[in-house]
Amino acid sequence: MTSVFSPPGFNFSNQSRNDFIAEKGIPMPKATSTGTTIVGCLFADGIVLGADTRATEGDIVADKNCEKIHYITESIRCCGAGTAADTEFTTALISSNMELHALSTGRKPRVVTAMTMLKQMLFRHHGNIGAALVLGGVDATGPHLFTVAPHGSTDKLPYVTMGSGSLAAMAVFESSWKPNMSRDDALQLVKDAISAGIFNDLGSGSNVDACIITASHTEMLRNVEMPNQRVEKERQYRFARGTTAWKSEEIRKLVVSEEVILLAGGDEMDTT
Amino acid sequence: MEHSFASPSGHPQPHQRHFNPYSENGGTILAIAGANFSVIAGDTRQSEGYSIQTRYAPKVFRLTDKAVLATNGFAADGNMFVKKVRQRLEWYRHAHSKDMPIRAIARLIQTMLYARRFFPYYVYNILGGIEEDGSGAVYSFDPVGSYEREACRAAGAAQSLVQPFLDNQIYFKNQTPAHGTSHPAHLPLDHVLELVIDSFTSATERHIEVGDGLEIYVVLAKGSTPQVLDRWQGVTEMTTTQDGERMFVIRRNLKRD
Amino acid sequence: MSIMDQNGGSVIAMVGKDCVAIASDLRLGNEALAVSSNFQKIFPITDRIYLGLPGLATDVTTLKERFRFRVNMYTIKEEREIEPETFAHLVSSTLYEHRFGPYYVEPVMAGISKTPSGGFKPFIAATDLIGCLNYAKDFVVAGTASSKLYGVAEGLWEPDLEPEDLFETISQTIMNALDRDAYSGWGCIVHVLTKDKVITRTLKARMD
Repeated sequence: MTSVFSPPGFNFSNQSRNDFIAEKGIPMPKATSTGTTIVGCLFADGIVLGADTRATEGDIVADKNCEKIHYITESIRCCGAGTAADTEFTTALISSNMELHALSTGRKPRVVTAMTMLKQMLFRHHGNIGAALVLGGVDATGPHLFTVAPHGSTDKLPYVTMGSGSLAAMAVFESSWKPNMSRDDALQLVKDAISAGIFNDLGSGSNVDACIITASHTEMLRNVEMPNQRVEKERQYRFARGTTAWKSEEIRKLVVSEEVILLAGGDEMDTT
Repeated sequence: MEHSFASPSGHPQPHQRHFNPYSENGGTILAIAGANFSVIAGDTRQSEGYSIQTRYAPKVFRLTDKAVLATNGFAADGNMFVKKVRQRLEWYRHAHSKDMPIRAIARLIQTMLYARRFFPYYVYNILGGIEEDGSGAVYSFDPVGSYEREACRAAGAAQSLVQPFLDNQIYFKNQTPAHGTSHPAHLPLDHVLELVIDSFTSATERHIEVGDGLEIYVVLAKGSTPQVLDRWQGVTEMTTTQDGERMFVIRRNLKRD
Repeated sequence: MSIMDQNGGSVIAMVGKDCVAIASDLRLGNEALAVSSNFQKIFPITDRIYLGLPGLATDVTTLKERFRFRVNMYTIKEEREIEPETFAHLVSSTLYEHRFGPYYVEPVMAGISKTPSGGFKPFIAATDLIGCLNYAKDFVVAGTASSKLYGVAEGLWEPDLEPEDLFETISQTIMNALDRDAYSGWGCIVHVLTKDKVITRTLKARMD
């Protein structure tokens, strides 16, 4: 530990060691990825965003109910696919910068601002930050919907999908999306698109999250549909106490509440 | 992906394109032997990469009235292998006017697999059924024919999830029995069926390639009563002969995500 | 062979009724060669937070010291103990800072957090090697036996287990998972945290 303070940004102190390991042909361990179906669609009064809730580590499910719709500002949200840590931290950083931006300009921030910040950050890192995003929101200039790819390229479309389930979800949009849909129709379409990903793409699964953003308010619908609850188990697996054999035990008692008892009389300071 | 190489003379060199004859189709199989029965189960999802090819592709096959074969790995190889085993069993039936005993089927499978030692069937097999002495049997194989008779075995994509659970619940591994008692050597049929279902629902929760449907084959030894199966829904009898072993299949749904 | 499997080791944490438990194996190896049967991977952070660090042993040792330093700094500045939720974010951002030259560990945390009303709430979390947080309501696992732990825990775990029952469930889960993993094992340690005490037991496990 050379210094208490470290400069902001990424720390590369392990790089040379890790390059040495990589040189020996040992593969880089895999990070949690959100195999993911994420979507967004435009409707009459705003934007609906949608996401599944499965996070995978290879072919194992690491998290059955994670949140993939991230907060940017009150009326801008961002769905993330790809390397889970990257989507989490990138959106958190941009959310923070958007708040500062709003404070310094004194205006409600715009969706293009968030989109530009995201694409510049991702482009700067040459695609090494593995975040594929669907950004949506409503600002002074109306509703906007973007996709941001890991290398920093962006698209502006009325309906978008991303992640491993993007084809399944896009098939639903292509067959049923219409301009100027009602709020309920748009929400149902997003639910159907995410469900298509959940059931037909192995990288996506569990529940549907949705978020409806209009000019007046934002509604986060966490687990709006839960079509994959586990059925009750056939047996109970509680063990009789004493089943596990152990060799040694140590118990640390913790202080939960303290009581101060004053000794009766004669202890006070003489103030006469 | 593709590179072209120019030789020092400037002429393009022919270069080897290789074709990979194998693929991996996910899913999991499992078998447990009881005192006078055998349970062989498998999920019915067939996948490649992140796509589901079909939600109903059986991986468990009836060979005779007392033998069931479960295959897992590369589905095309599995199906062809089962076809060839069945053909050999039919020849045996014509030659000897009886079904081949299960321990002989196990040895037959070994020789059939080892015959392809240098271009193997990319399949993990589990054979379940009833031995000639009336006891439940499970034989598990590797792709080139190494095999062993066991009381329980899981194989396939979720083998690593299911096998340690079975070690604990079937063999009572790491459990000290309550004072003055001991663990049973064999579990009753309904207990085993409950463990099989819970193994598959657990695997479905945590493995992306497991799900859609579950097929459980139950083979009962001669003279044992199938009454315990009454409480189970979706039971179909598969027995084709009389006064012999009886075979049932139980079908269940699994999560489809 | 990934660098994460170089030294072996696994950790699991589970939630019970007003309690949490965290358990690990005690093996330190060099690939298949076992070197130590008393390598601790779980470290007390505060009275009510325990941190498990399976992964590359050099990083386990480095990070436990880094976290000790940063938690001490927090305690001095804030004049209070760090809460489990806060500590989880400290772990997460420390790992993400090293996004492009990561520490090869997958931390697992178990703790009891204080609610504003003075009550106690169980907390568990895990992160991957670059700090993606995973809060779970039931259990979290990491290490070379992770797929086995997922399978057994998914089968054995039940909600609302009392501390002594949770001890049995987590112990059975980790021992049976470890027995099917070549890179973990050689003994087990279990910590059960309740609001007023921490019970630490070393298990009688297979030593092969």
